[in-house]
Amino acid sequence: MNALFAVLFYLATLLFVVGVLHRIRTYAATPSPLKIPTTPAPTTTGGVVLRMTREVVFFESLFKANLWTWGLGWLFHASMALVLLRHLRYFIEPVWGWVVFIQPFGMYAGLTMLLGLCGLWARRLFVERIRYISTPSDHLMLVLLIVIALSGLTMQFVAHTDVIAVKGFFQGLMHFSIQPLPTDFILVLHLLLVAGLMAIFPISKLLHAPGVFFSPTRNQKDDPREKRHISAWAKQLESEN
Amino acid sequence: MADFTAPAYRVIPIVPALKPGAMEGKGPFVANDKIQEALGFPGALPEDWHDRAIAKMGELLGKYRSLKVFMDACVHCGACSDKCHYFIGTQDPKNMPVARQDLLRSVYRRYFTLPGKLFPKLVGARDLTREVLDEWHNYFHQCSECRRCSVFCPYGIDTAEVTMAAREILDSVGYGQKYDNEIIGKVHKIGNNLGLPGPALIDTMEGLEEDVKEDTGIDVRFPIDVKGAEVLLITPSADFFAEPHIDSLIGYAKVFHATGTSWTLSSMSSEAANFGMFIGNYEQLRKIALRIREAALELGVKRIVVGECGHAWRVAYSFWNTLSGVGSGADETDRFAQMLQKQLDHRYRQPTHICEFTWGMIQQGALSFNKEANDKHIITFHDSCNVARGSSMGGYPGGQFDIPRNVIKAVANNFVEMDPSTTHERTFCCGGGGGLLTDDLMDLRVKGALPRMEVLQQAVDQQGVNFLAVICAICKTQFSKTMPIYGFDRKMVGGVHQLVSNAIVLGDK
Repeated sequence: MNALFAVLFYLATLLFVVGVLHRIRTYAATPSPLKIPTTPAPTTTGGVVLRMTREVVFFESLFKANLWTWGLGWLFHASMALVLLRHLRYFIEPVWGWVVFIQPFGMYAGLTMLLGLCGLWARRLFVERIRYISTPSDHLMLVLLIVIALSGLTMQFVAHTDVIAVKGFFQGLMHFSIQPLPTDFILVLHLLLVAGLMAIFPISKLLHAPGVFFSPTRNQKDDPREKRHISAWAKQLESEN
Repeated sequence: MADFTAPAYRVIPIVPALKPGAMEGKGPFVANDKIQEALGFPGALPEDWHDRAIAKMGELLGKYRSLKVFMDACVHCGACSDKCHYFIGTQDPKNMPVARQDLLRSVYRRYFTLPGKLFPKLVGARDLTREVLDEWHNYFHQCSECRRCSVFCPYGIDTAEVTMAAREILDSVGYGQKYDNEIIGKVHKIGNNLGLPGPALIDTMEGLEEDVKEDTGIDVRFPIDVKGAEVLLITPSADFFAEPHIDSLIGYAKVFHATGTSWTLSSMSSEAANFGMFIGNYEQLRKIALRIREAALELGVKRIVVGECGHAWRVAYSFWNTLSGVGSGADETDRFAQMLQKQLDHRYRQPTHICEFTWGMIQQGALSFNKEANDKHIITFHDSCNVARGSSMGGYPGGQFDIPRNVIKAVANNFVEMDPSTTHERTFCCGGGGGLLTDDLMDLRVKGALPRMEVLQQAVDQQGVNFLAVICAICKTQFSKTMPIYGFDRKMVGGVHQLVSNAIVLGDK
């Protein structure tokens, strides 16, 4: 069991890291032959950094699109960020001061994360347009995240698990030694699903996370008249003349 | 025209209902073999079309980061789902931007992703069948590449890029659109989209000189092929004879006259429009753009000014520097671009929009106006989609919104805005952009105009608007044709430089 989980987490981490890096490399290596920022767009690099920050931190475009989707989506993502940061305590020793500080916030963020997810799923189920565009995997992804959140919250508020042992297990993994993991059903479920999530990350729509940084409509400067922009394959056409 | 009826205005608040299949089989005519082959595309569907299409998709995924990222990043959040004017007008769910993209994305997933190969049903992946190909032809010609969806997408996914890729794949298997490809053929053969040959163009310009002389008593020139002129004007060919376009052309000529600017048209390159963008084909896009480079080199001009045209301005502003070197800032070692850029005068932005030119002259005090000449008009401005979301003016973000409005306010007293949720970056397409301005898509065009017509009606009722100013040849044609169906006078539509023309005071320089 312990060895099984150790292998599982090594494998999931490997798939996650290699998969995402591979994807990022593919995006980075694919040329953008034309300037296509959605205008009005910033004309300087600083402006682009600001635009991207607003997009990634506040979901600016989604805010313009639909307040409900924005509210629920932002609640979910911000909460998840807190929850993930809170989980840092399982991987570092001694635990950094700010990670200690956010522990209570991270705990309640688990609840708001669940709330956001349920809201998003309700939207997917009950708004005709969104139901039309949803694939089974869209629903399953939400179910997966909801069960992860629920199982985590259960361990927090209902059936505690031996968190010291859990930490021991993950600290062990980081030093390539296999330590015992508690065998509570809820914990096993939680960890299995998290490993699953990591494994499918690089081949699923979760790629929106790295993808947004490579989106030419958002990350390009609007300076086509001032600076000639040309990709290698387009340049090739010129030399063929 | 009686065959088409306008859909009813919607009641606010709006919850769009779906009518699946509403626009099935309403797509455009298919290009015949002559039209296709003239552009180097197969004349008809070859036996191995399936493999060719998939290979083409793979090629495009490797050439365009936009397509690659957009295929992966969508999470089906639905932010775009109620933003497309064609969805609003037709209620066909496949006209929701995300659903339109998914027509292509489903095939991408099947052939290029692991989950799609293993569990197609789970992730909405599907085989490329003849039915899917027909669906592409139908629905990717119900997108005007207006980019409104891309404003609202949290990942900036631009359906225009997806539509262009789909059309490029369709062309590569001999399944092109008649209107677009026929027009591209004309540009290559004759020099403009309308197939107006050089001698006819010269005749038309002489006629215009006489008309303006009769009107104003002043010799405003419409020069063509003048070597050594300072400005080369590249304008949509509709400006040469279509109503109301021609009134804007007269406006440009008057501005050049009043400011003492020497200018010329080119008979070889008498077209600003570039339908290569509509079909997403880089080679065509480039080939058409190169005509302008050639004309500029041949005539030895110092500046290139572009007339009122939406997507043409996007191509000119965003792509010309890349495609043909019309612009600034090429590397010293870039001989292709430097050859032209050495000739151009970089104190000015290259290329310059006619509104930038006129506004610049107004700011310098080089023009004077009799604003009362426009007092019969209560004017509003429709931001053309490709100008609003695919380009800029004035060298700062949002200049494309301010500068045309500044020009209008400088030449007229009565200017009002439409509902702000439908102007600036949120403007609606007129319903005829992106290579859809053809009679075989009239039903779609009328329905696609709905959201703009609703808001215009509001402006007419509440503010007494009687003039809709635009800076796009497609908007002008589309509105003149669809507005009567919505009960408006077609003469309500006109160019910004038509207003300039009405009010400008001509000395006799």
